[in-house]
Amino acid sequence: MKRVICYINQFFGGIGGEEKADQEPYIVEGCVGSSTAINAALKDAQVTHTIICGDNFMGSHTEEATKRIIEMLKDKEADFFVAGPAFQAGRYGVACGNICKAVSQQMHIPVVTSMNVENPGVEMFKKDVIIFKGGNGAVKMREDVQLMMNYVNKILAGGKSEGAEEEGYFVRGCRHEYFLEDKRENTAAYRGVQMLINKIYGKPFTTELPIPKKELVPIAEPVADLSKANIALVTTGGIVPVDNPDRIQSASATRWGKYDISGMERLEGGVFKTIHAGFDPAAANADPNVIVPVDAMRAYEKEGVIGKLHNYFYSTVGTGTTEAEAHRMAEEMLPFFKEDNVTAIIMGST
Amino acid sequence: MVKVFEKAGYPVVHMCNLVPVSVTVGANRIVPTISIPYPLGDPNTPVEEQWKLRYRRVGDALKALATPITEQTVFKVK
Repeated sequence: MKRVICYINQFFGGIGGEEKADQEPYIVEGCVGSSTAINAALKDAQVTHTIICGDNFMGSHTEEATKRIIEMLKDKEADFFVAGPAFQAGRYGVACGNICKAVSQQMHIPVVTSMNVENPGVEMFKKDVIIFKGGNGAVKMREDVQLMMNYVNKILAGGKSEGAEEEGYFVRGCRHEYFLEDKRENTAAYRGVQMLINKIYGKPFTTELPIPKKELVPIAEPVADLSKANIALVTTGGIVPVDNPDRIQSASATRWGKYDISGMERLEGGVFKTIHAGFDPAAANADPNVIVPVDAMRAYEKEGVIGKLHNYFYSTVGTGTTEAEAHRMAEEMLPFFKEDNVTAIIMGST
Repeated sequence: MVKVFEKAGYPVVHMCNLVPVSVTVGANRIVPTISIPYPLGDPNTPVEEQWKLRYRRVGDALKALATPITEQTVFKVK
């Protein structure tokens, strides 16, 4: 029998409403309140414990609350951790997201929760946590629990996720390897051409590579005085020292590197090369400046057009790289720009 | 990545060949390059030609960084 531990708030734990929202977390054996519904929907598993915590306590003392809950879990065996469903309750949703993320990262237990699309917890945690698409109120309890438990039952039985759409959770932006039956109709070429034909005839088709919705960022102030600017070069073209010291992957990169160019007039072929697997590397290997234009930047530096070229260039590979990884890598570069008072950035993509 | 940098307050110019992709993703300052494998220098042209092209495009990128804009802008290149 597999073991499941649940997290619910003060309301669904049956201790009270707003007046109990400051309740500190505690754990009980078996089911309480809404975890009874979860237990009923489990197949070869049962809810062994339920954690109850007030939404305000979790909201105002998140670190303390998660720390205490993690402590409570340490001596317990759990095959799955289930929080909610939180419906459209904002604080509860954020609490479920917080605790699921912490349990998943610190205890390495699979986690799942459920929220309505309008719950702010969805945007905050959908990349980190599997969040099932839930109803907008407790009247949907049965449906929301069933949807989550279908998935939990399957995973506990050794099955695999069929993907966000199929299962009914919010897209996390993760890609899974998936093997289709070896026949002509399943080849990428065939599938692609079928999509194109449908598109030409104005028939519906489903893309296999959804492009995330465009979110614009505020436009940064332009450089006030280029002649005083410290400008950094960044590339997704995979230019690295020939031995690729950071072992950046040639596709679907999760790693990046920063390379010292102080004193270099240009990037020499044979010293630098590209490890990008998405294009013919001949031109870039012969002259890496066609991707990271150190030579041109040095010229503008000498002419006094720019103050200086930042002493490092930053590199990763852009092909097949997920937005989530790109986001993280860029975040990791920021402190180095800050440290050297970089003014502006030229980002080169291939 | 461009957006993470810009969000942190750095003006960024995206030099790329696939301008529609850059526009879709949401880069604010874009300077087109000439190809995917050799954005800033066609190896089928003499080295001086490649240098001139690269020098000019990088110049365009620097100007873009210093240009006030109010919306996503694809800068014209010579």
